Amino acid sequence: MKITTLLAISLGAILTNNFIFAQFLGICPFLGVSKKSDTAIGMGLAVTFVMGIASAITYAVNLILVALGLEFMQTVAFILVIASLVQFIEMFLKKSMPSLYTALGVYLPLITTNCAVLGVALLNVQNEYNFFESVVYGVTGGLGFLLAIYLFSTVRERTEFADYPESFEGFPIALITSGLLALAFMGFSGLQVWPM
Amino acid sequence: MNFGKQFKEGLLTNNPVTVQLLGMCSTLAITTSMANGIGMGLSVTVILTLANIFIALLRKVIPDEVRIACFIVVIAGFVTMVDLSLQAFFPAIAKSLGVFIPLIVVNCIILGRAEAFASKNTVLASAVDGICQGIGYTAVLLVLCFFRELLGAGTLFGVQIMPKSYVPAGILVLPVGGFLCLGALIAAMQWGLKKAEKKKKEAEKA
Repeated sequence: MKITTLLAISLGAILTNNFIFAQFLGICPFLGVSKKSDTAIGMGLAVTFVMGIASAITYAVNLILVALGLEFMQTVAFILVIASLVQFIEMFLKKSMPSLYTALGVYLPLITTNCAVLGVALLNVQNEYNFFESVVYGVTGGLGFLLAIYLFSTVRERTEFADYPESFEGFPIALITSGLLALAFMGFSGLQVWPM
Repeated sequence: MNFGKQFKEGLLTNNPVTVQLLGMCSTLAITTSMANGIGMGLSVTVILTLANIFIALLRKVIPDEVRIACFIVVIAGFVTMVDLSLQAFFPAIAKSLGVFIPLIVVNCIILGRAEAFASKNTVLASAVDGICQGIGYTAVLLVLCFFRELLGAGTLFGVQIMPKSYVPAGILVLPVGGFLCLGALIAAMQWGLKKAEKKKKEAEKA
């Protein structure tokens, strides 16, 4: 296990291969919960948290599936794991960390249908990451999501007051804004960790 | 039971992508070529129809408290079936759609229709709803694919269409192009729908 590999994975997940701007995973919450920057941060943190834990658990689940020769059940098993994980985290936070629970509260149930979470679980298997790589990929992927949604929400707070054609009201202007942000993130695409 | 009305809703006035704003991820990600668009559109239509039928059949059995979990299991089952069939019969398309086929499980269109329509309506109406909404989704995909592939690569279905001298606007096949094209498409739809509504109101007044 090399620290450079982990660094390369993190850098890729946060900047060059950002979940939102390069892989299109988790667009729904990205567009839905980004009207205000504090709610955006709440959602981003919740997603990071769940993605990290989901990566670790689905790694173990996948080992069991492979051992039993049931790889075709991957999608079904992963979504069930994620759904129950989200439920479990919700209950756990409510009991032991009420302050964090009230901060994340509304966003937690929404995460079940966030494709970034299921996406990271499937990508971990596809890229044949080991346990540490999977967890690092999950957490940094979540951080990339947090960065994207926070940047986007700050821009969006300003576009509220901008003067644009009436037909672009609502989603279209949000999509155009995220397109321009994606363009900015493309600037990172030459970035590489040396030596790979 | 009004087939024509449901069809119009799925395609235009209540289109899953441009009006209900569901299923954004796959719409943006895979609309880089016509072949992808057709593969994805058909897969979603099939899964949506089957899931709608199945959930409408079970709508009186499923307890209300755990309905979302039940819906997800039903949907995941159908997605796995389609995923494996694609891998077996159309490996090229399965490869280029990649992780987005299993991700149909969390595509909000399917869960959204299960919750909003199939859990409250008869089997036949739900099946028609699945087909119509699926066609609406596919239509949006194809429009986006058409522009992105034609202008971004100068081809359609991989066949060169534009003259040799045309320099492809490569940015359209990149993620940026997806955001910009979908933004423009939704804006155009909003413009069109608003205009139609205005006309209707004026006609009513007169």
